[in-house]
Amino acid sequence: MTAFVRDQWYVAAYGREVGRELLGRTVLGEPILLYRTEDGRAVAMAERCVHRRFPLSQAPSRLDGDRVVCGYHGFTYGTDGGCVSVPGQQRIPRTARLKTYPVVEQDSFVWVWIGDREPGDTLPPRAPWMDSPNYTVVSGMEPIDADYGLLVDNLMDLSHETYLHGGYIGTPEVAETPITTEADDTAGIVHVSRHMDDAECPPFYAKSTGIEGRITRWQDIEYHAPCLYLLHSRIAPVGAPGPNPDGSDPHAFHVEVVYGITPSTEKTTYDFWAVARDFALDDQEVSEFLRTNNHTVVMQDVVALNVLQKALDSEKTGYQELSINIDTGGLAARRILARLAQEGAATQARTVAR
Amino acid sequence: MIPLHPPVLSGENVHRIHWVLGTDRLLAVCHCRAQREFEDPVELWDWLLGHPEDHRPGPAPEPAPASTPQPRHAAFA
Repeated sequence: MTAFVRDQWYVAAYGREVGRELLGRTVLGEPILLYRTEDGRAVAMAERCVHRRFPLSQAPSRLDGDRVVCGYHGFTYGTDGGCVSVPGQQRIPRTARLKTYPVVEQDSFVWVWIGDREPGDTLPPRAPWMDSPNYTVVSGMEPIDADYGLLVDNLMDLSHETYLHGGYIGTPEVAETPITTEADDTAGIVHVSRHMDDAECPPFYAKSTGIEGRITRWQDIEYHAPCLYLLHSRIAPVGAPGPNPDGSDPHAFHVEVVYGITPSTEKTTYDFWAVARDFALDDQEVSEFLRTNNHTVVMQDVVALNVLQKALDSEKTGYQELSINIDTGGLAARRILARLAQEGAATQARTVAR
Repeated sequence: MIPLHPPVLSGENVHRIHWVLGTDRLLAVCHCRAQREFEDPVELWDWLLGHPEDHRPGPAPEPAPASTPQPRHAAFA
């Protein structure tokens, strides 16, 4: 399996999912309870009651103001995780406290910090299109029954679009066009660039942009290990002027594809997906088309990765893989994840030893 | 010579791998500017991460050509 990377921010939910109903999510194997206080602040704490481990996101557990009341025996907790009431007695055991998690709400995501040290000044990476007035966004989340590393592999090598997503976003040129890969080991960022100068326009872009002929199609991946994946997609009719030196690009359509890749357990993953566009901003038909189409594409990946995980589970230990040129970005991501996991594990070991 | 894709990441510890156009070869460029071509990405990464072993500084990097600007991405590092 791909080792978990601790001491990092992870997308636990969309902001819209976190409200006055109790929401449970498991991140890096830790069950987490999410809700919003009466003044609108998102909070995250351990999702299991300290008493008999009843899941606090499960009915009849409920909110009483900003306090969480366990649905089994009534243990009640404040937003700081401290137990404020137990049934039938005045004394509250000193250890009756839920672990709380640092939370940042940013770019429409609720991020939680999973680690053994405090985040300090470290903030989650940005995906500013998610709540920008200059973009319209469709988004969703699909659980995958696979190691999160399989989703990272999948997204870092888009040549699979030609085969797995043919008729949607894949065309022959994607698999045929060489890539350039850059890896910044210190920052934990991998960039993979695939620029197609003269390509067939797949239905996903033909129907949403109205382009009828062939296109220049640029795919620039920016992966901020471990959780945030951005695909900057630039589509323009062949022959249209390129971007201006100042970065403005009025002759092209831009789609920012955003993924939050959040490991849940060793073999389950939350796949938060979003498609932000800078055209047809108020066109509901385009929104519905992109939502339906991208959901189909995401589900093609989900089905494939679920099958792949099952197949890998039946392999003998130490099975062989073969990597070729298209895997350069995926290999870079794997190496960065392995390094970050080692660093996080070292912090954990130091914390336990204290 | 076929122009290489202009650099995007600007950190001091960036490895670049160019798929040499029209070939099956990969050109690895270390942050120390050492360069070497490979046919296998696994061997390539072993060499890159083995820095400074067997790394001889290559030519000074060429400035990105002014004719290939990129769209502005607010999230680029």
